[in-house]
Amino acid sequence: MTTVLDADRIFAAMADATRRDIVLRALDAREGVVELAAHYPMSFAAIQKHIAVLERAGLVTKERDGRRKVVRTNIDALRLARGLLDEYEALWRGRIDRMTDLIAYSKEIER
Amino acid sequence: MTVTAVRKDPAALTMTLTAEFDASPERVWQLWADPRQLERWWGPPTWPATFTAHDLAPGGHVEYHMTGPTGDEAHGFWDVVEADPPRRLVFVDGFAHDDGTPNDEFPRNEGRVTIEPIASGRTRMSIESRFPSIEAMEQVLAMGMEEGLTLAVGQIDAILADTPVHSA
Repeated sequence: MTTVLDADRIFAAMADATRRDIVLRALDAREGVVELAAHYPMSFAAIQKHIAVLERAGLVTKERDGRRKVVRTNIDALRLARGLLDEYEALWRGRIDRMTDLIAYSKEIER
Repeated sequence: MTVTAVRKDPAALTMTLTAEFDASPERVWQLWADPRQLERWWGPPTWPATFTAHDLAPGGHVEYHMTGPTGDEAHGFWDVVEADPPRRLVFVDGFAHDDGTPNDEFPRNEGRVTIEPIASGRTRMSIESRFPSIEAMEQVLAMGMEEGLTLAVGQIDAILADTPVHSA
């Protein structure tokens, strides 16, 4: 089941407190990967990986600032993510309502 | 209130929703384990789901499609990562071709379901969803689910674009 393993590896990298923190620090786009990495008790390579995941998700971009590259949070993307999560919440609230109705219905049948 | 908590993290592209039911964990597990019950809640009334394969065991595969108001079908699948009845289910949810084989052009999202008993015969269920990208979220929502919310927004935009602006 390589598909399960691949997906699991992808998701293992998600939902991480470090990544949330990087997104917050990169709001004002003052630091590059090296400076960002200095904030965390982990390897430079590990932070580089976190930033790559955020880049792929569209949540940060790297941009040139003079001679160096800084990491900037994409606020529009963050807003978009927020709006989509609101829609996803509505989807699940609908599902929970239907689950609740189904449980109530089966209780009636038992009676 | 059935839904007791919702936690959304736009920076991590995750949502955790917690709900409580007046039922046992076994009864709540049945909502997932019995495909005929699953069909009655997974899709909204306008996009009902049909489950054509349903092996809820680690490494198992689930296939389903949702049928829209005009008869068009959206196919999906789950790869079951963990299944521990009646407490825990972890699955990867993806898009499929019409023959049920996974469509790898679309990203997958992951669902982690935890079911636990609480006081007085009630049960708490939490579902944690993780998305690999914003695009993945858009695609899941555009699948026609939940009255096609995302599509509806696009239609409104189209109507507005077509409406001539009259000066007062």
